[in-house]
Amino acid sequence: MATVTYDNATRIYPGTDSPAVDSLDLEVGDGEFVVLVGPSGSGKSTALRMLAGLEDVDGGTIHIGERDVTNIPPKDRDIAMVFQNYALYPHMTVADNMGFALKIAGVKKDEIARRVQDAAKLLELENFLGRKPKALSGGQRQRVAMGRAIVREPQVFLMDEPLSNLDAKLRVSTRTQIASLQRRLGITTVYVTHDQIEAMTMGDRVCVLNDGKLQQVDTPLSLYDKPANVFVAGFIGSPAMNIATFKVSDGHADLGIAHIPLSRATVDALSAEGSEQVILGFRPESLEPAPQDAGGAIPVVVDVVEELGSDAYLYGQAVGPAASDPDAALANNTIIARVEPRNEPQKGEKVYLRIKQGGEHCFSVKTGERLPS
Amino acid sequence: MELRILAAPAEQQALLDLPWDMPLEEWPEWYLVALPRGISRHVVRFTRLNGRIYALKEVVESFAVREYQLLRDLERLGIPAVEAVGIVRGRQAPDGAPLESVLVTQHLQFSLPYRALFSRMMRRDTVERLIDALVALLVRLHLFGFFWGDCSLSNTLFRRDAGAFAAYLVDAETGELHPSLSDGQRRHDIENARVNIAGELMDLQAGGRLDDTIDPTAMPDLVVERYESLWNELTGWEAFDVNDRWRIARRVERLNELGFDVDELDIVTDLGGRTVRVQPKVVDPGHHSRRLILLTGIDAQENQARRLLNDLDAYAAATDQQGEDEEIVAYHWVNDAYEPVLRAIPRDLRAKLTGPEIYHEVLEHRWYLSEQAGREVGNVEAARAYVDNVLRHKPDEDTVLEGPPTQPDLPVVAADELGAS
Repeated sequence: MATVTYDNATRIYPGTDSPAVDSLDLEVGDGEFVVLVGPSGSGKSTALRMLAGLEDVDGGTIHIGERDVTNIPPKDRDIAMVFQNYALYPHMTVADNMGFALKIAGVKKDEIARRVQDAAKLLELENFLGRKPKALSGGQRQRVAMGRAIVREPQVFLMDEPLSNLDAKLRVSTRTQIASLQRRLGITTVYVTHDQIEAMTMGDRVCVLNDGKLQQVDTPLSLYDKPANVFVAGFIGSPAMNIATFKVSDGHADLGIAHIPLSRATVDALSAEGSEQVILGFRPESLEPAPQDAGGAIPVVVDVVEELGSDAYLYGQAVGPAASDPDAALANNTIIARVEPRNEPQKGEKVYLRIKQGGEHCFSVKTGERLPS
Repeated sequence: MELRILAAPAEQQALLDLPWDMPLEEWPEWYLVALPRGISRHVVRFTRLNGRIYALKEVVESFAVREYQLLRDLERLGIPAVEAVGIVRGRQAPDGAPLESVLVTQHLQFSLPYRALFSRMMRRDTVERLIDALVALLVRLHLFGFFWGDCSLSNTLFRRDAGAFAAYLVDAETGELHPSLSDGQRRHDIENARVNIAGELMDLQAGGRLDDTIDPTAMPDLVVERYESLWNELTGWEAFDVNDRWRIARRVERLNELGFDVDELDIVTDLGGRTVRVQPKVVDPGHHSRRLILLTGIDAQENQARRLLNDLDAYAAATDQQGEDEEIVAYHWVNDAYEPVLRAIPRDLRAKLTGPEIYHEVLEHRWYLSEQAGREVGNVEAARAYVDNVLRHKPDEDTVLEGPPTQPDLPVVAADELGAS
């Protein structure tokens, strides 16, 4: 087991100007499950492949434990790419299917037997070691395939979108299984996905990338509660956070007829950078119904309500005297709000919503960075 | 969602008639050519449309689209691979439940899955030839910047090639096309091939179908060895004294012998002008088969072409036409040598092997007969003997179907099984 350290690691594809991965600094702790997430082109897969040795590193270094692996061939890095199209061989026993790669690597027989036994125990396959794959259920076969990676006892597991070819239902159950297995094994794992829900449910920490740059790395909850910038705010969370740019006057963000008070620290930070505008974000669940005349109440005309049983989400348009003001960006944007299920407002109805205390996230219009609150 | 079939017009019409509202696994037998019992990661079935055979693979839409594009790209690059003909998307069961997309590829005529090559026992030289063919394919793919990600005997089909084999890529699911590959990507592919081939040979051994003299754990090192030597020959720098410039021509000849044409050669002379360094820049496989098709119109694999061209040379010498225009000699050779042999093959036996392969085997048989008889046996006489002694007893190979012999990995898991585990 080991830590993984990216130190200023950069990958520039030949013939391109901007790096696919730009000066990545990241420390993955021993036994930690870190998920790299981002939209396509964010550099998440490239970052993983740099660690795997599949991509050249054009600047900086990558360490596994104390060892600088930047220029070491993939097979000498002591890593295992998991779930990479493992085929099971029909004439070989489960034990042989799990251990055959060790045999080629010249590992001694009793050592192979020990490792296979250990993995089988972990995977609850002990009673099946002498059987052929045909005699196993699909779930058991899948665990044999996992066992093949486990018996190698690598320092690090790498997983590149392992669930992407499963349908939605299977994806959910399989991701739970992988996460729980990783916790039992305690092997340092770097996992890549484009799916922020997968990232949030599986990772000890989640590393958000965009345009080759690290945006934020933190626990799922911290990412959700305190996104470091506008990109992370918009990327993490489903349905997405409501985000728009507003004028600031008199210590308030000006949303049409609603005025949202900003904290002293936010106002100070805005004046320090000389901004008269602020990017304001609020999550759907940070909105609550409010009396029409309450301060900060936003009038919203309902477009559609998504009733999910346990939750309901309202999609609507902000309206009001100032709604035609082109600067009040939210006036042109859909507002998403979580509302009480089974009691939702009807389409076309006008409702008043306000941001719950502390539910707003403020970002600089100049840098996109989070402002102090 | 609406059903969408992306395919060439010729196939589209026929594809429309298939029962897309059923999972492939449940298709009635009359739609299918064979029911392969092997299990693959995905459900794969074969069907016959307009007299041609197609493989249908059920996969998640994004994967089907990706693999379709990749296979089309490989085709454009002239890399031997199965031909993708279409994707069927937006499938729905009658109850409205969505069904996975289907990738449609055309079955490669006269191709053989590796397991079909040793119905009784896999011999050492067969294994070596398969590995050579696979390595040649991998090197070609790498020269074009294609990272395979899952190189194995199972993901390859083989065509006979005058005693050797020519390999075709069948599964591009994990593939990626890059402008060029890093050493790490190439090494990863080689390592993958090494482990996969070892697993496949061990499985044959466990099934009692591998010659005792083969050690499955040692054999895969041959993959690395052969790959490195071919890669170095094709891409490596070579330095020599400026007076030994003939070695440039020698290098090109060696590449020709290996079946590659050299389109560009990088030559660097050091400052003192004493040393010359040479590196092939653009090499193009198919040296012999290109030459053969230009001269004769016969489409053959590389080794077959080499064999046929040698026979053409021998013919020119025997008929005293060495000074003649090559194309004219080739024309005579086709009429006097090649065609008469193929005409001697009864129509009902033509599905056994391809024309060039038959010609190659007849040449082998003629050599054997001549030695036995102590005199030169003619082509047509040899062909007749070959039909009775050899060809008649061979299985048809124009359509050998076999399901991938592997078991499913992660992707194919029923929901209930997951819940139970």
